[in-house]
Amino acid sequence: MLIIGVGNEMRGDDGAGIRVARRIREQKLPNLTVLEHSGEGTSLMEAWKHRNQVIVIDAAHSDSPPGTIHRYEIHQKPLPSNLFRFSTHTFGIAEAIELSRALHELPASIIVYGIEAKAFDTGSALSPEVQSAIDFVVDEILSPQSR
Amino acid sequence: MHKIIRVDTLARVEGEGSLYIKIRNGQLADVKLKIFEPPRFFEALLRGRKYSEAPDITARICGICPVAYQMSSVHAIEQAFGLQVEGQLRQLRRLLYCGEWIESHALHIYMLHAPDFLGYADAIQMAKDHPEAVKRGLELKKAGNEIVRLIGGREIHPINVRVGGFYRAPHKTELVPLLETMKKARDLAEETVRWSSSFSFPRFERDYEFVSLRHPGEYPMNEGRIVSNKGLDISVRDFEQAFEEEHVKHSNALQSAKKDAGAYLVGPLARYANNFDLLTKSVQEAARSAGLDTVCRNPFQSIVVRAVETLYACEEALRILSSYDQPEKPSIEVTVQQGMGYGCTEAPRGILYHYYQIDEKGTIQNAKIVPPTSQNQKMIESDLREFIPARLTLPEETLTLQCEQAIRNYDPCISCATHFLNLKVDRGE
Repeated sequence: MLIIGVGNEMRGDDGAGIRVARRIREQKLPNLTVLEHSGEGTSLMEAWKHRNQVIVIDAAHSDSPPGTIHRYEIHQKPLPSNLFRFSTHTFGIAEAIELSRALHELPASIIVYGIEAKAFDTGSALSPEVQSAIDFVVDEILSPQSR
Repeated sequence: MHKIIRVDTLARVEGEGSLYIKIRNGQLADVKLKIFEPPRFFEALLRGRKYSEAPDITARICGICPVAYQMSSVHAIEQAFGLQVEGQLRQLRRLLYCGEWIESHALHIYMLHAPDFLGYADAIQMAKDHPEAVKRGLELKKAGNEIVRLIGGREIHPINVRVGGFYRAPHKTELVPLLETMKKARDLAEETVRWSSSFSFPRFERDYEFVSLRHPGEYPMNEGRIVSNKGLDISVRDFEQAFEEEHVKHSNALQSAKKDAGAYLVGPLARYANNFDLLTKSVQEAARSAGLDTVCRNPFQSIVVRAVETLYACEEALRILSSYDQPEKPSIEVTVQQGMGYGCTEAPRGILYHYYQIDEKGTIQNAKIVPPTSQNQKMIESDLREFIPARLTLPEETLTLQCEQAIRNYDPCISCATHFLNLKVDRGE
C-alpha cells in the first residue's frame, strides 16, 4: 500500500496531509510506503503508477466547517476539482487522477481524504479542528479494516 | 455593439487571475489582466533573516521554478560577498537549471498549452485521443524531475543549494543512471519539437523588445549581461536604472516597465532571439526544420521555441554529465561582508532579478525580487490590444478561448508575480 500526504507545512492547515503521512510512517509498518508530496500532478501520477492500493491525504477547501473529513473512493466518479484548489498549481490531485484514468494507469483502489482547512496563512500553526481531524484520519487508515 | 468578455478564473495558468475586455461601439476600449492572488510579502519576510536562508525562503515562492529563485539569490549574495563559483560547482548549478527548464517547459507544452492547439478543454480530454503524446510529455518531465531530485536533493523545493555552492556534491557514479535517462529524454525532446511545429498557429507577429541575458560563451541560464534586440546592454546591477515597477489599480502584482519604452518581453522568445548563435548546431537545425527563423515574433509559436529550449537543455545536461567529476569540496569558503548584491538568472519564464542589502553580520537589511511574469504582464495586455480588434466579430466563445490562449503563450506564473486568471468581455450590452 502507498500512502501519500500532500501539502505545504509552511502554510498552516495546508500541512494536514503531510502530518498524517508522518504519523503513519512512525508506525514503521511492513508493506507500506509513505510519501510526503507537494501535490504536483504529474509527479503524483508517477508515484502511483503500477500501484494497486493508494491512499492520498490533502487539505481541502470548501464551505464545510474546518476539520470536516471528506472521503472519496475513486473508482468511477471524478474527484470534485474545486475542493483541492490550494494543492500547488493548476495541475493537482484531481487532474492527476483523471489523467491517469484517461491513460488507463489508475491504481485499482485510490482513496482520497480531504481535511477541511481553516487557514492557509504562511508560517501559521495547525488549527485545533484540523489537528483532531488528523488524529481521526490516522486512526482510520491504521485500523485493520483499512489495511 | 457593446460587450464585456470576462474570464473570471483563467484555467491552465499558475495562480489566480482574471481577464477583463471592454468593447464599446464595436471597438476595443480596454484590456485588463487582473491579478488578485494576494501579494505575498516575501521581500518583507526576508528582512532580518540570515543571508544563508534566502535561497530556501525564496524557493518557496514557486513550486514550478524554485531553482530559479535559488540561483538568482545565491548569485546576488555571492556578488555582495565578492565570491565567484567556478568549475564543476558552476557546471552542477547549470545542470540543476537544465532540470528545471525541462520539467517546467514539458509541463507547459504538454499539459497546459498543447490542448489549445489540438482543440481540447484540457490535457485529460487530449489524453483520450493522444495518449502517446501525453505519455511522452510525462516521460520528458520526469527526466527533468530526476535531475532536480539528484542534484537538488528532492523534486520540489530542492534543498541542496547554498551560497558558495552546494551542501553536497554527488559522486560521479551517482550520476551514471542520469546519462541514460537524458539520452532518452533528448530523443523525446526532439520529437516534441517536431510535434509542436505541426500545430497551426494564428497569424500574429509583433515587433517586441526582447529582453534576456547574454553570456559570451553559452546559452544563458545563470550569468550574463541584460541585453535587448533594441540596444539595451547593461550589467545586472543596473537593472533598476533601466526598469521600474509600478502598481496598477487592477492588479495585485506590480507591473514592470522599461523606463524608456514601456512594455517588453522576457522568456523563451527573448532568449532565443538574443542567443540563437549560442545554441548547438543540432538544436539550430532542429529549430530550422521546425520552421523557425533565428528570431520568432509570433507569440503563439512560443510552444515550439520552448520545445527547442527543452532539446537544448537535454543536450546541455548530457554534455555536463559526460564531463563531470566530483569537486573536492561541495562549496567554496564563504566570508560574510557588508554590501549590496545583484543577481539575475533565466527562469523558464524569463529573467528573474534579485537584490539584497546585507550587513556585516550577514543579516538581510533589504531585498527586492522582480519575477518574469510581472515583467511580461504589460506585454500580455499589449498583445491582447493588438490581437482582439481583428477578431471582434468572432463568436464570444471563440474570442474568449483565443484570448486565453494568447495569455497562455506566456506560461504566466501568477503565483510568482504576486506578489492569477478569469476573463470578461464587456460589450456594454
